[in-house]
Amino acid sequence: MPISESDIEKIAQLAHLEITDDERRMFAPQIAEIVTYVEQLNEIDTGSVEPALGGLTPAGERTESSRADEVQPSLGQTVALDQAPDAAAGHFRVPKVLA
Amino acid sequence: MSTIVETIGKLMRGETSARAQAETAVSAAEKLNDELNAFLEIDRPGALKRAAATDQKINAGETPALPRLSGIPIAIKDNICVRGLQTSCGSRILGPYKPPYNATAIDRLLDAGVVIIGKTNCDEFAMGSSNENSAFGPVKNPWDPSRVPGGSSGGSAAAVAAGIVPVALGSDTGGSVRQPASLCGVIGVKPTYGRVSRYGLVAFGSSLDQIGVFAQTAADAAVVLQVIAGRDPHDATTADVPVPNYIGETEKNVAGLRLGVSRTLLGEGLDSEVRASVEKAIDAYRALGAEIVDVDLPHAKYAIAVYYIIATAEASSNLARYDGVRYGFRAEEAPALREMYRKTRDEGFGPEVKRRIMLGTYVLSAGYYDAYYLKAQQVRTLIKNDFAAAFAQCDAVLTPTAPSPAFRFGEKVDDPLAMYLNDIYTVTANLAGIPGISVPCGVSADGLPIGLQLLGPYWSEGLLFRLAHAYQQAHPLNAQPKIHA
Repeated sequence: MPISESDIEKIAQLAHLEITDDERRMFAPQIAEIVTYVEQLNEIDTGSVEPALGGLTPAGERTESSRADEVQPSLGQTVALDQAPDAAAGHFRVPKVLA
Repeated sequence: MSTIVETIGKLMRGETSARAQAETAVSAAEKLNDELNAFLEIDRPGALKRAAATDQKINAGETPALPRLSGIPIAIKDNICVRGLQTSCGSRILGPYKPPYNATAIDRLLDAGVVIIGKTNCDEFAMGSSNENSAFGPVKNPWDPSRVPGGSSGGSAAAVAAGIVPVALGSDTGGSVRQPASLCGVIGVKPTYGRVSRYGLVAFGSSLDQIGVFAQTAADAAVVLQVIAGRDPHDATTADVPVPNYIGETEKNVAGLRLGVSRTLLGEGLDSEVRASVEKAIDAYRALGAEIVDVDLPHAKYAIAVYYIIATAEASSNLARYDGVRYGFRAEEAPALREMYRKTRDEGFGPEVKRRIMLGTYVLSAGYYDAYYLKAQQVRTLIKNDFAAAFAQCDAVLTPTAPSPAFRFGEKVDDPLAMYLNDIYTVTANLAGIPGISVPCGVSADGLPIGLQLLGPYWSEGLLFRLAHAYQQAHPLNAQPKIHA
């Protein structure tokens, strides 16, 4: 699958990444090479193979992981906002959403 | 350096103090950091304060009631949350971020009495095999500082290899504990998926990530895993499987155990010195009474392809949270929200992280999901089946850990695919969910350590410690790194 610089731009947009022209020129052949490499999987017939979704072991799958829906202590506003780049009046402040 | 068991004995008999242990470790970390760059944060005051509290308890005669790791210094990879210390993940986007809570593994270690010395350097978000992807400069290999320590947990591996701490935590998504352990000449264990809680481990590939342990000896790694293993309600993927007595398991002998060897994996692409060392280790196990059987892992050659689809897909999703809103770095001067996201992520992430986010976004994007992600998950099943078939014939599989000893800085940095192929022997364990351990098994002509890898069925960490311990007892690594405390 050939991957062009404009594909890279599109992917970067989807991933909310702003990339420079230099990065685009660097990434396009590298990602194309990796994609070509992973396409070797196409030589395997997987028609009837179940996908291994998630990483659980059989014992992990059997483990009950639900709990009662009860209110539990949480971090609280002060702690939650403590590391925010821009906290204001008990909120996370961000630049305007609609340009 | 003393083992944990020896140090605990000395502490209890009053032959050393927790303060002396902490002082020695912190001083070594500080002194060697110019050369090794293994630590991103060294917590001298916190370590000494905690050690003093341990000494107080010992002096007050509380000795029999003390938990099992009292006063033992430990280093923690900088992608595992420790309250009050930074968790940068080797990334500018988190930088000096201080998490408001401890990872479950950290809570358990602190309950057991450890003294945390500091946070260790790593490839950004644990993505890398050489440590060259850390935003804060690479860790140097203590055996030869012109060479990489491996990755991504290079700082933890180097800290143990250089004798700064007896044990350290890392994380292993595709080999990030075992490969640096191999390149630095120490033990590195990746537990079964679901053995150790991932709560507080910054997520990379959630179906692959496990916290692992570095140590000089298998017995010390066993002591630490004993403490951190087990079900945790904060991580729904931890399994309700009893934690055996790993120390007891470690001491059993290995006569009669069957070790599987895949001849294909010892073929093409393997450094000749690594091959010779691993062949010698196979003979050594035979001499210890183990039976060597041939096994076939026909889909192992596809593991890197499968891994770089699944790991990048999961990473692209996990790393979406770094948006400059709630914590960490935010790019200035963005007039609108979307631009702020894009600028923050552009300035905050390094090239390898961007490359993987884009690759993951691509394989998950509309129209490609079945061709890449679903296909990879199907081949993942085939890799799991390969191991199930192998373990019907043997108790554990023996392979090299890495295809070569430590390489030089810059050697592979411009060729991502060549770098990825470093993980060829280790990624299979993460894909299959099985445990693996790297054991030092020799030194190259250039004086660089070589590691062998043992892989076992689910929940067989005790067996792996037993095999590793038997090897270390019979063939201790009689060499020391150039840079050493």
